[in-house]
Amino acid sequence: MDVLYGIPILGIIFQFLGYVIEVTPGIAPIVLGLSAPIALGAMCGIMNERSGIVNIGIEGMMLSGAFAGFLIAGLVHQAMGPVEGFGVFGITPALLAGVLAAIVVAMLLSALHAWLSITIATDQIISGVIINVAAIGLTGYLNRVLITPNPRLGAGTFSTFRIPQEVADFPVVGWIVEMFVEQGPIAMSVVILVIVLQVLLFRSRWGLRTRAVGEHPRAADTVGVNVIRLRYRNVIIAGIFAGLAGAYLTLEGTSSFQNQMTANRGYIALAAVIFGRWTPIGAFGAALLFAYSGAFGQAVRIRPPGVEYADLGPIMAAIPSQVYGALPYIVTIVILAGVVGRSIAPAAVGRPYVKESHA
Amino acid sequence: MTAIEAKRRAEAPLLRRLLRLAAVPAVAVLGALIVGAIIISLSSMASGPLDLMLPLQAYGNMFEGAFGSVRGILFTIASATPLILGGMAVGLAFKAGLFNIGAQGQFLMGGIGSAAVGAWMAGAPAIAAIPIAILSGALLGAAWGFIPGALKAWTGAHEVVTTIMLNTIAGAIIGYLVTGPLEAPGFGFSRTGVLGNSELPAFEGTTIHLGVLIAFALVPVVWWLLWRSTLGFEIRTVGANPDAARYAGMHPALITILTMSLCGLLAGLAGAGQILGISHFMTPSYGTSIGFDSISIALLGRANPFGIMAAALVFGAMRAGSGLMQIEAGIPVEIIDVIQALILLFLATDVVIRRLLRIRAESAEPDELQTVTKSYGSGSPT
Repeated sequence: MDVLYGIPILGIIFQFLGYVIEVTPGIAPIVLGLSAPIALGAMCGIMNERSGIVNIGIEGMMLSGAFAGFLIAGLVHQAMGPVEGFGVFGITPALLAGVLAAIVVAMLLSALHAWLSITIATDQIISGVIINVAAIGLTGYLNRVLITPNPRLGAGTFSTFRIPQEVADFPVVGWIVEMFVEQGPIAMSVVILVIVLQVLLFRSRWGLRTRAVGEHPRAADTVGVNVIRLRYRNVIIAGIFAGLAGAYLTLEGTSSFQNQMTANRGYIALAAVIFGRWTPIGAFGAALLFAYSGAFGQAVRIRPPGVEYADLGPIMAAIPSQVYGALPYIVTIVILAGVVGRSIAPAAVGRPYVKESHA
Repeated sequence: MTAIEAKRRAEAPLLRRLLRLAAVPAVAVLGALIVGAIIISLSSMASGPLDLMLPLQAYGNMFEGAFGSVRGILFTIASATPLILGGMAVGLAFKAGLFNIGAQGQFLMGGIGSAAVGAWMAGAPAIAAIPIAILSGALLGAAWGFIPGALKAWTGAHEVVTTIMLNTIAGAIIGYLVTGPLEAPGFGFSRTGVLGNSELPAFEGTTIHLGVLIAFALVPVVWWLLWRSTLGFEIRTVGANPDAARYAGMHPALITILTMSLCGLLAGLAGAGQILGISHFMTPSYGTSIGFDSISIALLGRANPFGIMAAALVFGAMRAGSGLMQIEAGIPVEIIDVIQALILLFLATDVVIRRLLRIRAESAEPDELQTVTKSYGSGSPT
């Protein structure tokens, strides 16, 4: 392949591919971890939008979940004292309580979103804004009141599953296994959740009804689907994903809570939904791509292309690291504008459903 | 609303009309303060017994900080300034049936534009440096508003998603510029250069700079634009019903692009004012909550420039007074965000409130929001 490096442009492309193959094994497990909260947030978004509800409050639900998870896990840990972790993931009662708390809080916020957008028929974007502002305010406030005076609060994190070194060293297959399996429980479950949601959404009665409610609620109502009830149920259940995403941030990815630590992941999740054309597998792919883009940017900074990539080196050095971080957002705009392949939302998304009266 | 009802409403005495308009926002603010008081009381239990007087003390300190002295009042006005411009950037979009979540990005682009040009013109005479620095900020903000407007008009990409994306892209651009090409040497941290003559003049020893005067002067201008000019009529028609507007020979696509650019201009102006008048330089991760604040203020002010001014003064007072509250009563400033969310919640549930209180007031939600959400799933050019 080195011969090809001499040809301009094509040479640079091959050098780029060579560099990608060089750095990828090192960052692959990190990428899946980084993509976990985005993918989970995207699942929340898909369940909402497929049912005809816009949800820009994913960010706030995630943040609240992260806070509640950290707080409850920390309090249980303090009450029980150190407990030996169980199994390969080092599961403790404190961590479990934390995950549960994160899910419950995110579901409560989802229920608020459902009530505002389905029953009150408030503008759904405003409802999302309310959830985001409330989450930033309440977590910031409670962080100062409850966690700051208690600096030793914390229950640690779930352990990462370790695969034998021989497996990891196996080329390509080893990297992929390492990427998906050398993870904590939440990140590892993402793949399963994505597949389950994909199958349910496109192969089950519930999925057909959900999609019908998102595309044409009146038609769904005519054939006997309870639009309001199904929307309520889906929006509230979708909160589980946002809660898990939050729990990942404070109980698996790191072991602390910082104000606004979701750092726009909820919005990237929204982008992943669009990029993945409202399908779970597509959104998961998008989340992986977005996370890879960010990690690749870091890799370039830490380990820039060496002398063997003579043409590529100066190009990579000239690209600011912020470009990789902003890439998901730019790509989403391009996709949404239909420049490369149109992505079209469920037709009834954003519109409250009012049953026709008999009068 | 029937024609007779509209006529009767227009003929009602001004004061009663004002009362009817302000009823729901006032109840929302009051309700939010009451629920906020409950949260403050409950949180006192974290460090001792339940203190029922704590909210009164906290609100008292906040009021004192915002209005207790001339300095406080001036600080309130200065804090309200970017909120007025940001609120109008969101409110104007509402009138055209657009939801501008991008005030944050437009503010940041306005800020970096004026910081860069201001530093570049630091040595020029103030009479040239100041207008050019302000204008470049405003124009960069307008450009950042033009993008989602054009995308919506030409491709149907919904502005809610594109503006959210553009906010983060603006953040990344600023991060790059301030740590790269625009970084000024000789400081211990990354920042843009010294403004010199581009700094906005302020009244001696106060935070009342030229930008404050511009913001307040723009309130009647935007009101006139919306309610007395042909463009305003077209904006409101497109917002109420794009199809009817097209049928009447207007160009909804053009109006969409123009309105979003104007919104960007206003938000960019807010950024320019903050940088040239208050902080005097840009940092790589310039923190601001202007995006969500602007949405709250536009809704609280019913998308009317004068209403927005009043709402911005309320929020400005809370922000200005929160510092004293944190020092004296030990209540974290984040309670302001909680109260803000509660205000929005009360506004959003105004149907419930009006039924509960049996008040005959007008709905808080701008009618044009119907147009906003209807277009979310359609994805077709205007």
